Amino acid sequence: MRVLSLGRWLRAGRVPPRGRVRLNSGHRHSGHRPQAPPQGPAQVPPRQKVSVEVLDHLEHLALVDFRDSEGVERLQKAIQFADQLHEVNTDGVEPMDSVLEDRCLYLREDDVTEGNCTKELLENARETVEEYFVAPPGNIPLLKLEEQNTYLQGSK
Amino acid sequence: MRIAIGPSGSRAPQRSAPAPPAANGLPPSWPPCQWRRAVLRQDGGARPPRRRKGRGLSAGVRWRRRRRAGRTMLRASLRQVSAALKEGRVTPTELCQRCLALIKSTKFLNAYITVTEETALKQAEESEERYKRGQPLGILDGIPIAVKDNFNTAGIETTCASNMLKGYISPYNATVVQKLLDQGAVLLGKTNLDEFAMGSGSTDGVFGPVRNPWSYSKQYKEKSIPKSHSEDKEPDWVISGGSSGGSAAAVSSFTCFAALGSDTGGSTRNPAAHCGVVGLKPTYGLISRHGLIPLVNSMDVPGILTRCVDDAAVLLGSLAGHDPKDSTTIQDDFKPFELPNLTDVSKLSIGIPKEYHAPGLSSEILAFWSKAADLFKNAGAKVVEVSLPHTRYSIVCYHVLCTAEVASNMARFDGLEYGHRSDVKDSTESMYAATRREGFNDVVRGRILSGNYFLLKQNYEKYFVKAQKVRRLIASDFGKVFRSGVDILLTPTTLSDAAPYTEFIQEDNRTRSAQDDILTQAANMAGLPAINVPTALSERGLPVGLQFIGRSFQEKQLLTVAKWFEKQVQFPVIQLEEVKRHDSGVFQQQKSASFS
Repeated sequence: MRVLSLGRWLRAGRVPPRGRVRLNSGHRHSGHRPQAPPQGPAQVPPRQKVSVEVLDHLEHLALVDFRDSEGVERLQKAIQFADQLHEVNTDGVEPMDSVLEDRCLYLREDDVTEGNCTKELLENARETVEEYFVAPPGNIPLLKLEEQNTYLQGSK
Repeated sequence: MRIAIGPSGSRAPQRSAPAPPAANGLPPSWPPCQWRRAVLRQDGGARPPRRRKGRGLSAGVRWRRRRRAGRTMLRASLRQVSAALKEGRVTPTELCQRCLALIKSTKFLNAYITVTEETALKQAEESEERYKRGQPLGILDGIPIAVKDNFNTAGIETTCASNMLKGYISPYNATVVQKLLDQGAVLLGKTNLDEFAMGSGSTDGVFGPVRNPWSYSKQYKEKSIPKSHSEDKEPDWVISGGSSGGSAAAVSSFTCFAALGSDTGGSTRNPAAHCGVVGLKPTYGLISRHGLIPLVNSMDVPGILTRCVDDAAVLLGSLAGHDPKDSTTIQDDFKPFELPNLTDVSKLSIGIPKEYHAPGLSSEILAFWSKAADLFKNAGAKVVEVSLPHTRYSIVCYHVLCTAEVASNMARFDGLEYGHRSDVKDSTESMYAATRREGFNDVVRGRILSGNYFLLKQNYEKYFVKAQKVRRLIASDFGKVFRSGVDILLTPTTLSDAAPYTEFIQEDNRTRSAQDDILTQAANMAGLPAINVPTALSERGLPVGLQFIGRSFQEKQLLTVAKWFEKQVQFPVIQLEEVKRHDSGVFQQQKSASFS
C-alpha cells in the first residue's frame, strides 16, 4: 500500500507540505537516503594572469581571435576552473585515452570499397577549379602582433 | 435512383425525405426506419436496402473515427502507432501530414531548423505502399522521426546551428540516419541545438533558442504567477535544456515519435529531464558515430529521445551494432531485445551515490530522489549508499578534455572544402582565420582557445594528461561500485527544473554548462549507459527526471529497471492548450491535423 501512496504522490507531482515532510516517514533511517553534501564548496584557486604573448600565440595556433576583453576573461576563468584538478593526487595513475582501452581496435582490410564521389565532394566547396579546391597562396605567415589591428594589439 | 439519407456527417448530398408509405406505395409491413432508406425500382416499386457488407458505418462516421484516431495517434507511443499502422487504423501519409501540420502550428517553439516536407511525404507514401502490399520493413516503417542537426543527412542542410555550416548540404547519411531510413522511418526534419552541441540550454545556436513545450502547458500556467492579464503577453517561457533541446521539444510536443540527439556531457539527458521525455545515452561504442559531427571523440554518443522506455529499447535495437565506418564501435554482436515486464525487484541492488547530492541541488529534486529510493526499497530491492569520491572533479576534468578535443575537432572548419568561406584572399592562413572568426560564435571560439591553451607544450602535462589521469580515477570509481554488487545507480539528472530563459542567459555558457552538466557527464567520462526517466512535476508544474546509470553494455538491465520505475511513477501527459488554440486557427485553412 505504501508503494501505491508514493505513486500517487509522484503522479500528482505534489511535494508534501514542508512542515510535515519527514523523509523517514516513521521508518528507521536506513542510511540509503542522500545526506547533506559531504564536502564544502570547492576552493577557488588563485587566478593566473596569461601574458599577451601567450594569448597571441594561442590566436595563431587556433586561428580564431579573442575579439574583446570578454574573450580573454573567458579564458582566464576557464584556466582558473581547470586549476582545481591539481588538488587531486594522481601519483601512479596512468592517463586514460579511451574507455574502450581494454578492447582491440578494429582494422578492416586495406581494400578500396567506395570512392568516385569527386562531384559530390566538390559541390560544397565555394571555390573550385576542375577537380581542385582553390586556396589562397600558402607559406605566408599570419601578421605578427605588432602588425595586426586586433584587440590584442590594442591591449598590449 | 438512390435516396441516401445517412447521419448528418455524411459527405453524400442530402435529399429530401420521401412521402409516407401510402403515397409512394411501400408495403405497410416494412418498419418505419426502412421507409426512408427504401431503394426505388424502375417500375415504381421499392425494395429494402441491401445490408451493407462490413461494419455498416457510413463514410462520414468512418472519416470522423479515422480523424479522431489520428488526433490521439500523435500522443501514442511509437509501438502503439506502429501497431495502428500495421492494422490500417491510420496510414503513414496521414500520420506524416498531421505531424507536419503540428510542426507548423508549434513553430514558436523553434524546435526545428529544417523541416523536410516533400521528402517526408514521399517517404510516407512509399511506406504506405509497403503496408498495402503487407510488407512493412519493420516496426519503424512509416514512423515520423526527427534528427538533431549535427547528424549528416544526405541532400538536407546540416548546420549544427552555426554560421560555419549554413548552406552545407551533406553528401552522405550518418550511419544511424541511414539505419533509420533503411527501416522505413519518415524523416520530418532537423532539430535545433546549441551551436556545435556546446551548451546546456539550446540557447546559443544561430537560429535562436528552443522553447520548452511545457512553458505553454496547462500544468505550468496554473502554477506560474500571472504577470499580466493581457492575452497577448507571452508567458515567461523556460528553456528546453541542451544541447539536444530541439529534439526533446519535438518529442515532447508530439510532433514526432522519437528523435535522435547526441550526448557528450549530458546533452540528451538534460533536455529530456527538462522536457519530460525519456532520454537514453547508450554505452560508448555501441552505436556508430559515423556522420555525427564530432565534439569530443572519446565521449560522444548518439542519444535517443522517446516518450517511453519501451520505445527507447526499440530504437536502440534498430541503431546499435558494429559499423565498419566507425572503428570505435565494438565488434560484439548486438541482439535487439524486448523489455520484460519486471515484477520482482528483490534481486536488484540500487546504489545512491552520496556525492550526487551536489551543492545547488533543489530540495524538490532531493525529495523526489529520496522517494524514488524509498519506492525501490519498499518493493524489496536492496538500496545502498555508495561513494564516487572523485565526482566533484569530474566536471573540471570534463571541461579540460572537452575543450582540448574540441580544439582539435574544430580545426577541420577552414572554409576550403565546405562551409562558410571568408572573402579574404591574402594568404591561406589569413583566409582560415577570417573564416573561423566569422563562422564561430563566442562559445565555440572560447572553447577552442581554452583547449589550445591546455594543449600548449608547457601545459600539456599539467592539464591535459592530468585530466586524463583523473578520468581514469573517475572511471575506476564506477568500476569499484559496480564490482561491489550494485546493479544500477539512481541519481538526479539536473539540479533543478527548467529555468526561465531570461534567468538562464544571465550567466555565460561555460558557467551554465559547468553547473548543469555536473550530474550527467560522469557517465560520459566512464562511457556508461544512462537514462533519464521523467518522474514527476515540480512545484512550478515543470517536469523533473531521475537518472539511472548502468554497467557497460548492460542496456537491457538498465532499461528493464527504468521501465519498472516509469510504470510506478506514471508521469502525467503534457496538456498543451496553446497548441490547441494555434491549431484550431490553422485547421480552418488546412483542414488537417487538430490536436487535443
